[in-house]
Amino acid sequence: MAIVAKVNGKPVSFEAEPDTPLLWAIREELGMTGTKFGCGIAACGACSVHIDGEITRSCSVPVSDVAGKSITTIEGLAAADGTLTALQQAWIEHQVPQCGYCQSGQIMAAAALLAKTPKPSDADIDAAMTNICRCGTYPRIRAAIHSVAGTSPATAA
Amino acid sequence: MGMIRRTFLIGGAALVGGGIFAVQYGDSSARSQAGKLTDGKDGHNFGTWLRIGEDDTVTLYSPHTDIGQGSNTGLAQMLAEELDADWSKLSVVSAPAESAFANVVLGKGFLSEMSGYPGIIGAMPMSLLGMVARQLNLQITGGSSALRFTGQQGLRVLGAGTRQALIETAAGRLGVPAGELTTADGKVLHAKSGKALRYGELAAEAATRSLSAKVALKDPKQFKHMGKSVPRFDIPAKVNGTAQYGMDVAKPGMRVATVIAAPVRGGKLISVDQKPAMAVAGVEKVISLESAVVVVAKGYWQALKGARALAPKFSDGGHGLISTATIFAEQDKLRAEGKPTKTAGDGDVDTALKAAGVKVIEADYKMPFLHHAMMEPFALTAHYKDGHLDVWGGMQDPLGAKAAAASAAGLGADKVTFHPMLIGGSFGRRLPMYMEIVDQVARVAMQVPYPVKIIWSREEEVSQGAYRPQSSAKLTAALGGDGKIAAWRNDFAQPEDGLREVPFFYDVPAVARRHFKQVSNQTVGAWRSVNATQHGFTTESFMDELAHAAGADPVAFRLRHLKPGRHRTVLEEVAKRSGWGSPLEPGRARGVAMVECFNTIVGQVVEASLAEDGTPKVHKAFAVVDCGTVVNPKAAEGQILGGLVMGLSSGIGEAITLEKGAVQQSNFSDYEVLKLANAPVVDVHFIDSGAEMGGIGEPGLPPATPALANALFALTGKRVRALPIKDQAKA
Ligand code: FES
Ligand code: FES
Repeated sequence: MAIVAKVNGKPVSFEAEPDTPLLWAIREELGMTGTKFGCGIAACGACSVHIDGEITRSCSVPVSDVAGKSITTIEGLAAADGTLTALQQAWIEHQVPQCGYCQSGQIMAAAALLAKTPKPSDADIDAAMTNICRCGTYPRIRAAIHSVAGTSPATAA
Repeated sequence: MGMIRRTFLIGGAALVGGGIFAVQYGDSSARSQAGKLTDGKDGHNFGTWLRIGEDDTVTLYSPHTDIGQGSNTGLAQMLAEELDADWSKLSVVSAPAESAFANVVLGKGFLSEMSGYPGIIGAMPMSLLGMVARQLNLQITGGSSALRFTGQQGLRVLGAGTRQALIETAAGRLGVPAGELTTADGKVLHAKSGKALRYGELAAEAATRSLSAKVALKDPKQFKHMGKSVPRFDIPAKVNGTAQYGMDVAKPGMRVATVIAAPVRGGKLISVDQKPAMAVAGVEKVISLESAVVVVAKGYWQALKGARALAPKFSDGGHGLISTATIFAEQDKLRAEGKPTKTAGDGDVDTALKAAGVKVIEADYKMPFLHHAMMEPFALTAHYKDGHLDVWGGMQDPLGAKAAAASAAGLGADKVTFHPMLIGGSFGRRLPMYMEIVDQVARVAMQVPYPVKIIWSREEEVSQGAYRPQSSAKLTAALGGDGKIAAWRNDFAQPEDGLREVPFFYDVPAVARRHFKQVSNQTVGAWRSVNATQHGFTTESFMDELAHAAGADPVAFRLRHLKPGRHRTVLEEVAKRSGWGSPLEPGRARGVAMVECFNTIVGQVVEASLAEDGTPKVHKAFAVVDCGTVVNPKAAEGQILGGLVMGLSSGIGEAITLEKGAVQQSNFSDYEVLKLANAPVVDVHFIDSGAEMGGIGEPGLPPATPALANALFALTGKRVRALPIKDQAKA
């Protein structure tokens, strides 16, 4: 039985078996590869998406759970004409990504943080940004979030 | 042998792909072959790596895979600098993994002897063998990096030579002496007549000239592109989900597979009952390889469920008794036997240790296996059709991958095409010589009619690594009555020595660094900065111990052992910038360390505290870097930041341990990587010493762990002699 949901504002119907993690339904069934596989156990955050606005690690949510819900992936952040959000622009401005593999998840986590806490403190950022970046881009992630929020960065990076 | 491998397998920096030395002056066949591959119409090839279009576009065919360190942007800066290219018309693409971009014909002889590594050999054009020999020496002593070698020795020369060919062509056309011509922004200019010719209109004729490698390079004072923080080309696609990695490859009709390999490295598959996997919906095939089982399914989830349903039997290859403890015991035994594999250093250490009036100090250090843990698990796609094998994925060495795939498939190299994709982190892990997935995907592809992508689960990725080796060292020193070190001995046991790559730079009259070679069943991996992590930790921890034993400040004590020069300058600068010696808030302390590797010297000071549960936290870190010349400061700063964070991460919490020959860790749940909340604010400063260009991808890492360990000693009086630190805290 198809599972009907919305992805980036468009209705979709997933044919995947109900226990299939949302991550793989998005990547393999919808062919949207911006959401990444890193660990499969909700430990790294590479697969982060928004489900009804909540930051969620899609590798650990069965697709059956998202029936009727609205999902946003990294591909859904920019405007239809490709114009990036201020957050994404800040990521370029601060030259955040290195290998880039974790960055879809980092940006989704940061976007969710700013939606709830438009002026995050360092402690708010610490608490919200728990995704792993093996390239060690954390200082620039923090700086980029502060710059887009207009808060004062505590980092020199 | 290991030496050569290591110099190329630089963990953080980009790696040889199409060949460092493929500026193929004099090799007209490679040039014309490359021309066929890149010369669409209206464009002309120069030295295989460069194409100038008649529309003035300039394309750099980069032989490197940019792993995120910005090397392709840096290479473009270096080419543009010497070519005087119009930056707005320049683009970088990956060089095809074809022999024209790296002459496969030779390099045999001494290269094959020394490296045993076909991908590297493939990269060496015959006509440059003499140059290669010289460069290899340089790499052995100084390490390698994309910018240092490909950029400095390759693209700058190519840019300057091409510029000269364009000038000579213009001189002929305008009927003026070449000496009256200058170049700027993609044009040749004749000031006297006010005439200008575009590179695009000169390219066809200029490409027929032979390029000279004897060209003068610009003086740094003239630089317009080098030394600027140009935004990296690769970043925009990495913020909107469009960047395509090996994991993202999708082909019509493709199946997805996953693997379970022998848990004990060296073990073989004995038997497997396929039925439980075949009973999983979506599973199509179970394939037995020599030491792994591959489950092929419609999608990854089904393949994973199938693989998890299996209970394959593997042998332990005779390694079933190896554990972390037995490896340390074996290392101790080798040290006790006292027959070093190799020794470096001068002076009579034994006599100095026995001299009257010296204080002899000893310390033992232990370091675990470390995993690369790059964010993108291995993923490669292959399709065998009509006698040809196509392979897609992210590898540090596309040509080597092609060779490895061809040999696994039993095909000639001309029957294999490798399509390089972006790499989601590597740090030394994605090298075909120990990347079993290349062999696996090629073998599986030969057995199925459709394209197949193999994805390693994170569990497989963590437990089947090519780790930074487990290592131990006994340090002994004699401290003289003058408060200076009279003798220094480092008896270290691990697979490789790293003596030349990681110099001991303190001024000590008697030094013996003795390597006791010890190997286990684990693959010896090149892990970001390679042997500099072990040497950095032991040397800089012990220097700190000696400073305290001498009742001296750790910075002042080091300075006592540094003559004027680059090292001294770096240490003084990092002490100054970090406010060394000034008061800190309660509960914090500073630690210092300095390590040289790949011809780059990095000094670091960290400010740390200890949480109640014994977890250390670094609040601030200062790094001072002398890498000679910086091509792109913002990108270079990112590499130092990243290296420092990875160094702290490994020192605080990372360890791979063995029990019964098998790795005990399986995922980020038990291989703990540092997160943002524990990453410090970092101040990075570059010293423009003008020294020969050093590497930048790796040297930021090694000082971080000893600097932290030294800070913790200053804070608690307890010395960290075994890593990771968190295990100490628990103990
Ligand atoms: S892949 Fe989902 S958290 Fe790592
Ligand atoms: S940029 Fe490479 S893992 Fe974050």
